[in-house]
Amino acid sequence: MLTRYKIETRDLHLYYGDFHALKGINIHMEANTVTALIGPSGCGKSTYLRTLNRMNDLIEGVRITGTTLIDGKNIYSRDIKIDELRKKVGMVFQKPNPFPKSIFENVAYGLRVNGINHKKFIEERVERCLHQAALWDEVKDKLRKSALSLSGGQQQRLCIARALAIEPSVVLMDEPASALDPISTAKIEELIYELKKNYTIIIVTHNMQQAGRVSDKTGFFYLGELIEFDDTKKIFTNPAEIRTQNYITGRFG
Amino acid sequence: MNNEQKKNLKNNLFKAMAISATLFGLFILAVLLISIVIDGFGRLSMSFFTDLPSRKADQAGIYTAWTGTLWIMIVTALFALPVGIAAGIYLQEYGRKNKFASFVDINISNLAGVPSIIYGLLGLEFFVRWCGLGQSILSGSLTLALLILPIIIVSTREALKAVPDTIREASYALGASQWQTIQHQVLPAASGGIMTGVILSLSRAVGETAPLIVVGALTYVPFAPSNWNDSFTVLPIQIFNWASRPQQDFLVNAAAGIIVLLVITFLMNGTAIYLRNRWQKKIKW
Repeated sequence: MLTRYKIETRDLHLYYGDFHALKGINIHMEANTVTALIGPSGCGKSTYLRTLNRMNDLIEGVRITGTTLIDGKNIYSRDIKIDELRKKVGMVFQKPNPFPKSIFENVAYGLRVNGINHKKFIEERVERCLHQAALWDEVKDKLRKSALSLSGGQQQRLCIARALAIEPSVVLMDEPASALDPISTAKIEELIYELKKNYTIIIVTHNMQQAGRVSDKTGFFYLGELIEFDDTKKIFTNPAEIRTQNYITGRFG
Repeated sequence: MNNEQKKNLKNNLFKAMAISATLFGLFILAVLLISIVIDGFGRLSMSFFTDLPSRKADQAGIYTAWTGTLWIMIVTALFALPVGIAAGIYLQEYGRKNKFASFVDINISNLAGVPSIIYGLLGLEFFVRWCGLGQSILSGSLTLALLILPIIIVSTREALKAVPDTIREASYALGASQWQTIQHQVLPAASGGIMTGVILSLSRAVGETAPLIVVGALTYVPFAPSNWNDSFTVLPIQIFNWASRPQQDFLVNAAAGIIVLLVITFLMNGTAIYLRNRWQKKIKW
């Protein structure tokens, strides 16, 4: 289907059983931009994020209608292979969730499950991704140590490196800094800025300042609807909707 | 007496009751153990392990019994482990959560509580007669495998359940298939718990007597089994046989056999607890 955007969602509805969680979402993202999704808890931001790599498929009783195009292909059409989609659309989760394996194996895992076994290739890719995630200098001497021995902030950057290893073009981040201290959060934000050059990034966040700092576009979700979607600057200075204004000024949520 | 004092008195009374109940249990156990050790310890010697059964108590040994137990344990594990673990994986990871699944669930839990003699009768009818396997190690092992299957399935499921979903999600998000996720992430993370369940279930199998008697384990076997079609005896049956003799000397043999059996189960349970503790320490996310 024709679209001028990297990602475009048209009239997306999602139901958890009887619960109507997403109500007619229309949104689009251009390549190499950062889009922030803000809104109160339980309003569908993460749910929407998870439709983009079809993580919601893992939950029983989920029903989805509407269209989501990534690179012009409907990701819910029958000829899409889910593992191919997930290779293209990487994800970083809210809580750092490294595998209970070595630091090296955490990053290499995505390559291995996708059939890459060339030792030299894997080593180079692991090093490059750890550099990209600004973690290399801290872990280069202990790549064989357990990933669980790292601090929370380091673990989250490891998870970013792990997501980058399979060379996705889109990276989804579900509140990637909410479990981290301010210094680690700053590092992750710098990282997002760097990654924008090569990736299309969508980030769910509860932190308004963070959304303001890192994103080009911002979408405000409320009760399963996308209330407003516009340039970040416009959303934070001159929102069109009164509900958006109330939320970002802290009057509710 | 004011209210505060009453409260304290009740508290102390209950504490005293609980402590004495615990001590009572431990005391009985200690008396049993000590009397067994006093009776049997002197009988333990190298030849006790290498001698065949005999009509003369001082020449009788447990060679056929412990080799039989070893055979039974290995062949039982051979059948019960792959089937039990695979079934646990299916039910926990692949199976849908519907009415049929909860029906299977309840029945597996119930099977774990069926008296072992029932399994013996099933084994006799099905393996010994219908399949024509005879009164062999194979029949006994298959019967015991059925007996411990529910335990292995349930403990496998519990171990898999303890692996957090965040690990599965992380794996799927990297394009891994369900089997790759189970194979590379979930099973290694759950292995400690699964091993614990397996060892505990095998240690139960080692102590089982009734189903093996029904299936046809003999009380007198003058040779050690050499393959799984041979007839056999096991430690608990040998002990039972000796203990039911009128001569005092055979009772001493029984006590010595009990010590051996206790040491085996103690070692197995100890290993299981050790593995479980190590696993619980490791499994912190």
